[in-house]
Formats: sequence, C-alpha cells, structure tokens
Amino acid sequence: MSDFHPNARGGFLENTLEGLHSAMERALYAESAAQRDGVLQRLDARVKVAGALSMLVAVALSMKLWVIGAIFALAIALAVTSLITIGALAGRAWLGALIFSGVIAIPAVFLTPGAPVFGSPMTVQGLRTGSFLIMRAVTASTLIFLLAYSTPWSHILKALRIFRVPVVFVVILGMTTRYILLLLETAHDMFLSRKSRRVNRLTPAETRRLAISSSGVLLHKTLHLSGEVYQAMQSRGFRGEVYLLDDFRMRSRDWFATGAFATLAAAFIFLGR
Amino acid sequence: MLFELAGLTYRYEGVTAIDGLSLAIPEGSRIALLGANGSGKSTLLRLLDGLIFGQSGTITFCGDEISEEHLLDDAFALAFRRSVGMVFQNPDVQLFNPTVFDEVAFGPLQLRWRKTDIRDRVDDILDRLRIGHLRNRVPQRLSGGEKKRVALASVLVLDPAVLLLDEPTAALDPLSQSEMIDLMVEWGGGSKSVITATHELGDLESIADQCFVLDGGKLVAEGRPEAILADTELLRRTNLIHKHRHGHRGSLHSHSHFHGISAR
Repeated sequence: MSDFHPNARGGFLENTLEGLHSAMERALYAESAAQRDGVLQRLDARVKVAGALSMLVAVALSMKLWVIGAIFALAIALAVTSLITIGALAGRAWLGALIFSGVIAIPAVFLTPGAPVFGSPMTVQGLRTGSFLIMRAVTASTLIFLLAYSTPWSHILKALRIFRVPVVFVVILGMTTRYILLLLETAHDMFLSRKSRRVNRLTPAETRRLAISSSGVLLHKTLHLSGEVYQAMQSRGFRGEVYLLDDFRMRSRDWFATGAFATLAAAFIFLGR
Repeated sequence: MLFELAGLTYRYEGVTAIDGLSLAIPEGSRIALLGANGSGKSTLLRLLDGLIFGQSGTITFCGDEISEEHLLDDAFALAFRRSVGMVFQNPDVQLFNPTVFDEVAFGPLQLRWRKTDIRDRVDDILDRLRIGHLRNRVPQRLSGGEKKRVALASVLVLDPAVLLLDEPTAALDPLSQSEMIDLMVEWGGGSKSVITATHELGDLESIADQCFVLDGGKLVAEGRPEAILADTELLRRTNLIHKHRHGHRGSLHSHSHFHGISAR
C-alpha cells in the first residue's frame, strides 16, 4: 500500500496541473500584453508582420555578429517601449531558444576545426559559429515573441491573409490556437477532479496508468469536439472557403513605421554582408 | 410543410438514434422536441439541419430533399443555410473565432453578405442581445451565460426563418434562463419557426404550440403542450418527470416532479 501524503508536492498530478496552469497563464499574458498602450501595440498588424519578417531576413543574412547584436538591441528597445517585460521575454523567448540552439552550438564550439582558444579544446572558429547560431536563434525568437505579444492573435491571422498566406493555413492556425486553449482547460479540469478524489500519493505504476488513460480520454474528447465544431461551422454556411473581414486602416504613424522598418532592414542587410 | 420526415432512421456506432421516424412540421410553428437524455432529440436536430444524414427514409425542407448530394449544390446549400440556423447545446463548439465580433460575423461572411451590411448587422444583434461590450473579447474567456448569448447571436444574425435550439437553457443561471425563454418567445414576432429540443417542461407552454415526444429514437406522442403536460403516465414513462419525496407537515409526502424555471 502506498504512503499517505495529503500535502505531497511534486507528484504527477500536481506537476501536470502546474504545467497546464502555466500554459494557460502564458496565453493570458500574451492576450493582456497585446492590449497595452505601447509603441508596437499602436501600430497596424500588417506593419508589424512585415517589420518582423524583414528583420528576420536581416538576421538570417547577416555575416557580422555586431549587426545581429544591433537588431537584438533594437528588439529589446521595442519590447521596453511596448511595455513587454524583459522577464517575460527571458522566460518565454530566450530560454527555449538558448536550450535548443545550445544543444547544437555547444558541440560545434569544440568540434569545428580551427585555432584553439588559449590552449583549450574550444576553437575560435567554433566559438564564432556557436555565437552566430545562438544569437540568430535568440534574436529571431525575440522578434517573433514581440509580434505575438504586441498584436491580438486575430489581427496576426488577418495580416497573414493580406500577405497571401493560404486561407486553409490561416484557418487551421486560428482553430488550433482556440482548441489548444479549450483542451488545456478540459485537461486542467480533468486532472483537478482526479486530484480531488485522491488521498494517497500515486505509485509509479498508477501514474503511468493515469497518464495513459488521460491521454486516451483527451484524444477521444478532441475527436468528438472537432467533429462538433465542424458541424457548427457547416451549419453557418462553411463550405471549405473562409471569408474574413479585413478592417485594417493605415495611419501616418503606420506609414512612418513601415519606412523605418524598411530602412533599418536594408541598412542591416547592407552592413551585415 | 416546412419539414417532412418519412421513415427516417439514423444509426451510429451500432446504436439506432432515430428509428423509422415520420412527422411533419408546418411553417411558422413553434415545436418542442421532448425526451430524456439519449432519446434522439439532438440527433434529430442535426438531421433537420443537414449536418448528418439518415441511412434510410427521407427528410425534406419546403419540399426539397435534404441529402448529402443536394447540399453539394451551391445554390441549395446557401439558401438552406440562410433559412435554417442551429444553436448547439455546448456553446464552446460554436465559438471558434478569435473575437466575439468575428464569431458573429462568421456566418454572414460565409453566406457572402456585403461587408458593410455585415458590420451593421453584427453591431445591431450584439446590442439587441446586450453583449455589445463583449465585441472585442476572446470567446473562451466568457462566462457560460455570455458564451450562450454569443452562440445565439452568431445564429440570429443570419435572421433564419427556422431556428433549431438544442437545450437552450441548459447550464444557465435562473436569470439567464428566463431571458433566453423571453428571447425565444419574442424572436421574429411569431412569424418564424422555432424547434426546441428540451427535457425541461417548466416553460413548455410559452415556447411551443406543438410537442413531439421521443423515446429511444421513436415518436411516442405528439400534441399540444397542455395535453402532453396533462399526460402524467406518458411523462413518467419517458423519464420526463419523476417521483419527488419530501417532508410535509411531519409526514413524508410524494408527488410527480419535473424541472423548469417557472414556479408551479
């Protein structure tokens, strides 16, 4: 029989609930940040999408580390003036980018042939390659997070349509976001109800059974839900093509920002050759 | 006739949800589909809305057969979707757009209305349902009652001639239930057809002038609400009422009981 731990922390249920809760918190943060009165929030979504894309191109093409650093500094300045905290960027954009690019970059530091750094196994060329990889990943993820945190999701989707991204892709993106959130809530409620009926700490075997059965139930709910959603869409006239209301309006500040983004992107591409 | 069903049968996963059903619904009528959970009410609404199709039998709308093949025809499909609107029991399945405004505008956009008309019409329906302040909110962040109103607005904006409602007052607080009933009674000034699937009998006489009672996918009774409500044996047999026991002046008292918001 398993030990009785009424206030046990760190168990499977608690960790899962915490994970689900923080995922919902992140979604809420993005939603509230997009409503703030910052520099980026005041711009037309199309300008921000085009600006982010042009900066991403500049980051990808740059052969000089200081140019990527300058774009990163610009992104930080935009984050601060858009009332997006550095903490939020660090936790949500940088950490993931550092981990994923670090996994590739760290071996490259040692394995890339070249001159050793002060007699260590690291090489100058390896350090340079690793720094490029990490800086590019961190700067690109900062730019994307700035766009996502300063623009309502619906506006990003509409802007994508204006840039001729296929309707099916945009609709799938929109619905996926919507139903990821709904499933997070469903999963959260499901695990909470399990927790309310549990008095003992779960054994590893029980944890595995719970994880498997919960996945099965969630999959079943997802299938059922997606079928019902499709019927609800059909009922209101959906026949495979989606039409959107695009009520964007360019103001003088949007034209100014467009010019600024275009000039900066061109300058960064030129300087980074 | 608005809808005519002849020997309609629908099965899924080995279960017969609708079993050889034949009935006729005239235009402008207010119909209640009564039955306990699993009696086939929701399935029948989906069949009437052309979302699922029976394995045998026929179903027609104003004389035109509702079939998968017929709904592939653009002209028929657009006219049918323009005429028939359905509000689902679970509002979450109906709310898949990023904002309330987009949600309500979804139907008119699919039916290719002019964009200026859509904006005016959406604003109008949001104001009429007193949810104008929610227009820029994300649907999944709303309360249950607000979600239900948005789901209703997303259908009413199309001004359909036929409104199909699946348990419209389920999981609503008493005030929201009462407002929903008022809306159903007043909607269209009585000229529209409203078909409501419900097992709540409290306001039956307000929302319907004809009832169909379903049990196990079969039609077991039809008639005016007062006649159906008076048939206690039928209601008990179809699990629409149950014996309720409670203390009464020192002794245990029991009587038939049903759920609804009107005090009786």
